[in-house]
Amino acid sequence: MKKFCVYALVVFGITCIGSTAFAGNINITGSTTVLPVAQKIAEAYMKEHPDVKISISGGGSGEGIKAIIDGTTDIADSSRFIKDKEIKLALEKGKYPVPFSVSYDCIVPVVHPTNPVTSLTLEQLKKIYKGEINNWKDVGGEDKKIVVVSRDTSSGTYEVWEEKVMNKERIYPGVLLQASNGAVAQAISGNPHAIGYIGLGYVNSSVKTVKVNDIEGSEVTTLNGSFPISRPLFMFTSGWPTGDTLNFINYVLHPQKGQVQVKEAGFIPLY
Amino acid sequence: MLSRNQKERYISRFFFAISFTSLTILLLISIFLFMEGLPIFKQVSPLKFILGNYWYPTSDPPDFGIYPLIIGSLLVTGISGLISIPLGVMTAIYLAEIASFRIREIVKPIVELLAALPSVVIGFFGMVIFAPFLQNVFHIPTGLNMFNASLMLAFMSIPTICSISEDAIYNVPKSLKEASLALGATHLETITRVIIPASISGISTSIILGLSRAMGETMVVLMVAGGAAMVPSSVFDPVRPMTASIAAEMAEAPFRGDHYYALFATGIVLFLFTFCFNIIADFIAHRYRQIGEASL
Repeated sequence: MKKFCVYALVVFGITCIGSTAFAGNINITGSTTVLPVAQKIAEAYMKEHPDVKISISGGGSGEGIKAIIDGTTDIADSSRFIKDKEIKLALEKGKYPVPFSVSYDCIVPVVHPTNPVTSLTLEQLKKIYKGEINNWKDVGGEDKKIVVVSRDTSSGTYEVWEEKVMNKERIYPGVLLQASNGAVAQAISGNPHAIGYIGLGYVNSSVKTVKVNDIEGSEVTTLNGSFPISRPLFMFTSGWPTGDTLNFINYVLHPQKGQVQVKEAGFIPLY
Repeated sequence: MLSRNQKERYISRFFFAISFTSLTILLLISIFLFMEGLPIFKQVSPLKFILGNYWYPTSDPPDFGIYPLIIGSLLVTGISGLISIPLGVMTAIYLAEIASFRIREIVKPIVELLAALPSVVIGFFGMVIFAPFLQNVFHIPTGLNMFNASLMLAFMSIPTICSISEDAIYNVPKSLKEASLALGATHLETITRVIIPASISGISTSIILGLSRAMGETMVVLMVAGGAAMVPSSVFDPVRPMTASIAAEMAEAPFRGDHYYALFATGIVLFLFTFCFNIIADFIAHRYRQIGEASL
């Protein structure tokens, strides 16, 4: 009986170590915005390297960076740069998060396809989200109340919106909240008088994009910097990556490999 | 071989260990909840946290006031109760007292099946089908509002209320009913004067369990309540109950930051509410319990 216990413990120990230390396992977690990119690249990578297993989960940028700090993941996806508080916490735990910019995202305002409004200025968008403009007729639409849809205040998408559109001013409390890009698109497509904002990768035929300052949100306008609401997406590793993680990051950044997948996932490649 | 006594002892210890484990886990979760939530009160006073009107956890400087969220939770639960209590209790009375055996055998499992509907399915229904319907019929700006959420929550609490009430009503001693009928009371009089008073403790328990389910429900309110962190002025205004706020924001709140603590503190408030519900339910169950046939 005792012998058996020892044996069981040893086997258990090996499987425990094996799951983290054996070559060929990469854990990725973090931003749901980066999730489709990471998923696409991981699939392609695993096809080329069948011995490597990549497991990906969402949860949010904060969750990903938390996992890097706790050492429970190899790569953290993030739709924002790491915050000062998080860096401090990481250093306290002896971790050194390294950022890799992997692609660009552009956030476009969207309305219902039947809405006649095609272009808004940043100023108008800001006033709509501050509740100062609350009727479509003030921005060239029908005489209807504007239903304003926003993301939850802790999402990376909201942060970009707050920074680029709101200039750090607060959106008014009556704004509707949705918890994901998909849910915003869903809410907009179900309401002819709603306005919201989503990542370019989530735009589909059920919503209509609105130009900002007469500039269409697209790949070209994001990369040349003319579209005002865009941001880089990151992958963080704990310390400079080694082994499989390094190979994977290199693959992600490769113009003919990872970056092709970035484009296929609906995001904007680096080059 | 173990003696019979030894065997008994081992079995009783085994069951003690199991019940003790679940109790310990529950206790640890509560401790964790308080440990992660209380640090926010170094930043804001509890009174300001609970009565503050603005919830801007990521602004600089942040505002942590969950008053609109508490009101949102209470109103959504209250309105759903207005719908689900009459429907649930009356269905229960019908099933236990009036319906024929065959109808009862068909309807009861169907009502209970309603409880098995995943909340995300109900939420999706509210978002994709019911919200546009509300917009078109009432000409309101958005169908994602308090009324929609309340109705969807009512769907979820009806099975709880109905099923537990029905059991309570069904278990009223037959002799009470027969005595009432024998004294010349009609069936309706018997139901309102004898059956319901005799089963009121079970019915109250079912109502409170149903309401606490509605209050703790997350997915539905996250999807259909609209999520505006303000005190609503009509039933067609969007609200953001506490659960929706926690679910939407927790994933991306910086670990052990103020926002994170504030969300856990919201969880504490929610916990206290459902805790009170359960204590009231327990109190009513004991206070008005029908003991034998003499106490009516």
